Amino acid sequence: MLQFLIVLAILAVVVIVVTGPLRSVSRPSATADDSTEIADLEAAREAKYREIRDAELDHSTGKLSDEDFEAVDRTLRAEAVEILHALDRARRA
Amino acid sequence: MALTGRALLILGLGVAVFGAGASLYGARTGRREWVECGRRSVYALAGLMTLAFVILEAAFLRSDFTFNVVAGHSSTTTPTFYKLTAPWSSQEGSLLLWVWLLSLWSSLVLFLTRGKVREIVPYATAILLGFGTFFLSLTVFYANPFATTSNPPAEGAGLDPLLLHPSMMIHPPMLYSGYTLLTIPFAFAVGALITGRLGSEWIAVVRRFALAAWLFLGIGILLGARWSYTELGWGGYWAWDPVENAALMPWLCITAFIHSAMIQEKRGMLKVWNASLVLGSATLAIIGTFLVRSGVLDSIHAFGASTLGVPFVLLIAAMVCGSIGLVVWRRPQLRSESQLDSLLSREAVFLFQNLVLVAMVFVVFWVTFFPLISEAVTGTKVSVGPPAFRPFIVPLALVLVLLSGIGPIIAWRRVTVANLRRNFTIPVLVGLVTLVVLIVAGGGTSSRPLALIMFGLGGFVIATVVQEIWRGVSARRAMSRDPVPVALVQLIRRNRRRYGGYIVHAGLAVLLIGVAASSSFQHSSDVSLAPGQHAVVNGYTIRYVRPLASASAQKISFGAVLDVSKGGKHVTTLTTTRGFYPAQDPTLGIIGRFFNGSADSNVGLRAGITKDIWTVINPDLGPLQGLISKGDRLFAADESQIMSRASKVSTQQTQQSLNALFAERDAAISGLVARFKSHPWSVNFLLIVSPLVTWIWLGALIIAFGGLIALWPVPAFARRRAVARAGAGRRTSPAVAARETA
Amino acid sequence: MDPSRKRAIRLVVALTAALLLASALVYTSFAAGRDEVTASQLLQKAKPGKSYILAGTVLAGSVHHHGTTLVFSVRDPKQKVAVPVRYTGIVPDPFAEGRGVLVTVREQGSQWIGEQNSLTTKCPSKYQAASSSY
Repeated sequence: MLQFLIVLAILAVVVIVVTGPLRSVSRPSATADDSTEIADLEAAREAKYREIRDAELDHSTGKLSDEDFEAVDRTLRAEAVEILHALDRARRA
Repeated sequence: MALTGRALLILGLGVAVFGAGASLYGARTGRREWVECGRRSVYALAGLMTLAFVILEAAFLRSDFTFNVVAGHSSTTTPTFYKLTAPWSSQEGSLLLWVWLLSLWSSLVLFLTRGKVREIVPYATAILLGFGTFFLSLTVFYANPFATTSNPPAEGAGLDPLLLHPSMMIHPPMLYSGYTLLTIPFAFAVGALITGRLGSEWIAVVRRFALAAWLFLGIGILLGARWSYTELGWGGYWAWDPVENAALMPWLCITAFIHSAMIQEKRGMLKVWNASLVLGSATLAIIGTFLVRSGVLDSIHAFGASTLGVPFVLLIAAMVCGSIGLVVWRRPQLRSESQLDSLLSREAVFLFQNLVLVAMVFVVFWVTFFPLISEAVTGTKVSVGPPAFRPFIVPLALVLVLLSGIGPIIAWRRVTVANLRRNFTIPVLVGLVTLVVLIVAGGGTSSRPLALIMFGLGGFVIATVVQEIWRGVSARRAMSRDPVPVALVQLIRRNRRRYGGYIVHAGLAVLLIGVAASSSFQHSSDVSLAPGQHAVVNGYTIRYVRPLASASAQKISFGAVLDVSKGGKHVTTLTTTRGFYPAQDPTLGIIGRFFNGSADSNVGLRAGITKDIWTVINPDLGPLQGLISKGDRLFAADESQIMSRASKVSTQQTQQSLNALFAERDAAISGLVARFKSHPWSVNFLLIVSPLVTWIWLGALIIAFGGLIALWPVPAFARRRAVARAGAGRRTSPAVAARETA
Repeated sequence: MDPSRKRAIRLVVALTAALLLASALVYTSFAAGRDEVTASQLLQKAKPGKSYILAGTVLAGSVHHHGTTLVFSVRDPKQKVAVPVRYTGIVPDPFAEGRGVLVTVREQGSQWIGEQNSLTTKCPSKYQAASSSY
C-alpha cells in the first residue's frame, strides 16, 4: 500500500514537471529559421577566430613562414569580416 | 521496494515514449512547448532511473535475497565495497546502469545545448529517448532487475571471485559512460541529417561529447587491461578477446572522428566521412554491448532461447540502414567545400590517419566475427586467436604512431622545404639517434626489428611534442616576459585543444613503447619448484623460499613466498597464492567440494620503471587427493549415520551432531591445508620478467591527462566578455576579438 | 594534371589498397584458422590419433581433479551430448562450469586426452544465461 502511494506521488510529480511547458504557453515561438541561421553564423565566427589564433600561434612557433602567415592571416580576416557582416544582416532582419 | 522499482521502470518507459513523441511533434509543427516537454522528459527519466538504481543498490547493501539479482550475485559475506559493484555484474543490473547513465548524460547534453542548434535538438532528444526506450523495454519485458522470489535463499551465490578487484568499481561505469556518450553524437548527427542543418554548429556541439566519450571509453578499456594483468593468472594485459575488441572498435572509430572533425571545421571537407564515422561509432558501441551479453560468438546457434540477441540485432539493423539512408539522402548538402591541395599537407596526414584507424577497425571486426562468418560460409567454425591480429595491427600501429608525430608539425594545405627543415630536423634526428643507440646497445643485430622501429618512432613523436611546447613557451615569453612555468601554464590554458592533443600523442607514444617492449622482449618460464629450489629468468634468480597455506569457510588458499635476486643482491620478495572457493555441488564430496570449486590467483608482482617481475603459482593438489577422497568417504559415512538416527532423536540433537561433524570437517580441511606447509611438494610457477610494462600505465595516465585538458571547457566569462565586446563595437577587429576568445 | 583526374587517381589508389588489405585479411584468416569442432561433431567424425580443437561449455557437475589430471566434460551447444576430457597443464583462472572453453584433444583408446597447456577459456560473458546443464 505504501509503495503504491509512493509510486502515485512520483507519477504526479513527473506528470506535473513534464507537462509544465504545455500549461504555460503564452510566448509565440520565434521563427526557427532565423535563430538557427544566427546560431550557425556565430559558430562559424567562433571557429574562424580560433583559426586566426591558431595561425598566429603557428607563426610564432615557426610552422608558418612570414609570407605564408601574412597570406593566410589576410585571407582568414577577410573571411571573418564576411561572417561578421552576414551576422549583422541576419540580426537586423 | 521491488514493486516500486519495477513501477519506476515502467513509468520511465512511458516517459521515454512520450518524450520522444513530444519532441518529434514539436519539431514537425514548430511548437516549442512540445520540444520543451521532450527535454523535460529526459530530465524526468534521469530522476526516475536514479531512484530505481538507488533502490537496487539499497537491496544489495542490506543483502535482501528476495531480489533475484541480489541472491544471484551477492552474499552476506561479500565486502560492502563489492556489494555496491555487484549490481552491474548481472545482466539486469547492467542494463539498468546503461539506461541510467544514458539518461544522465542526455540530461547534461540537453542542459548544455539549451539555446543552441534549435532545429536539431528535438530530433536528437527523440533519438536519445529512443535508445532509452529500447533498453528500458529490455528491463521491463526481458530482464527485470526487480524480479523477486517469495522463497528467498538463506545465503546468496556471492560475487564471482574474479570480480573482487577495485577496478570493478570503475571499469563498467567508465565503459558504459563511453558507450552512452557515443549515442549523443549519433543522435545529433541524425538530427542534423534529418533537418539538413549541416553547418558549423552541429559539429562544434558534437565534437565535445565525442571527446568525452573517447576519454571515458579509453579509460574503461585500459582499466580492463590492468585488471587482466594484475588479477588473471596469465600474465598478459590484452588477449584480443571478443569482449575486449567490442570496446576497442568504437574507440578507434571515434578517435578517427575527433581528428577528421578538425578538417571539417577548418576546410569544410570530409562531411560524408565525418557523418559516417559518428554514426558508425555508436553502431559499433551497440554491437559491442550486444556482443558481451548475447553469447553470439560462442555459437550462432545459441541464439534466441534465453538471450537478448534478437532485439539487439533489430536495433543494430535499424541503425545501420537508417544511417546509410540518411547519408545517401543528404549527399548534396554533404559536398566538400574545398579540395585536398597536396598529399604532403596536414589535411592529407589527417586523412591517412583516419584511413589507418578505419583499417584497424575492419581488421578487428573481421577477425573477431570470423568464427561466425566462417560458420555461415563453410559450415565449420574456425578458431582464430591473437596471432591472426598481429600481422595487420602491428604495421598499422607503427604507421599510426608515425602520423601522430608528423601531424602536429606539418603545414596546412601544402608543405614546403623550408617548413620541413624548420620543423622536422630535430624530431627526426632524435628518432634516428634513439634507433641507432638501441641497435648498438642490443649488440648490432636484433631479432625484433619492429619493436626497435616503434622505439625510434616513439622518440620521434615525443620530440615533436617537446619541440612544440618549447616553441610555444618561447613565443609566449617573447610577448609576456613570464617565467617559464607561468608561460607554460598560460600557453596550455589558452590553447587547450592543441596542447591537450599533443600531450595525448606523447602519452600514446609512451604507451606503445611499453607495449612493444613488453611483448617483444619478455622472458617467461614455466617451472616446477620445491621449497629451496630456484629458477633463473633473464638474469634474475627466483627462489622458492617457503609455502603459504590458509583455510577459512569461504576460501582455501595455497601460496608461496619467493625471493628474487640479481647478481647476488636481493631485489624483492614476491608472494603469490591460488585461492579455491567451495563448490555448492554435493557430489564433489564433503571435503572434496572445498578443493574443486572455482579458483582464482593472486599474482606476485613487482612493478618497476624498467621491468616488471611477475609470478603466479599453480599448485597441483594431487598429493592431497588420496586424503581428500578418504575424508569424503569417512565424513559421508558419519553423516549418513547421523541422518539415519535422526528419526529416533530430537531435531536439536541431530543439529548438534551435525554441527559437531561440520566442526570436525573444518578441522580436517585445515589439517589438509596445513600439510602444504608441513610436507610441501613441488608446485608449478609461471615466472615472467617483462620490460617497460609500467610505461603502458604511465602512457595511459598521460593520455587521460591530455584528454582532460582538451576537454576542459573554456571559462564561460571569458567567452561572454569577448562576444559582448565584439557585438558592442563594430570597430573591434577580428584579431582582437580572436585573442580574447581563449 | 587537372584536379578531377588527380582525385580519380587517388581514389583508385585508395580503393586498391583497401582491396589488398581485405584480401590479405580474408586469406590469412581462412588459412591460419583452425577448425573448431563441437562435441557432437567430434564424436561423429573424429579419427583416432588426430587432434581437434574442441569448443563448447563446461558441463555442470563434471569437473573433477584426479591428481595432476583435470577431468571435465565439454557439452555441445545444440545437442544433449558431452565429451569427457582428461587434461593436464595450466588451468586458466576463469575456468569454471558453464564457461566457454577451447581445448585441443586427441582420441586415445576410449578416452579423449587434452593436449598439455592447450586449455583456454573465453573471457566470461557474464550475462549469458546459464546454459551449462541440460
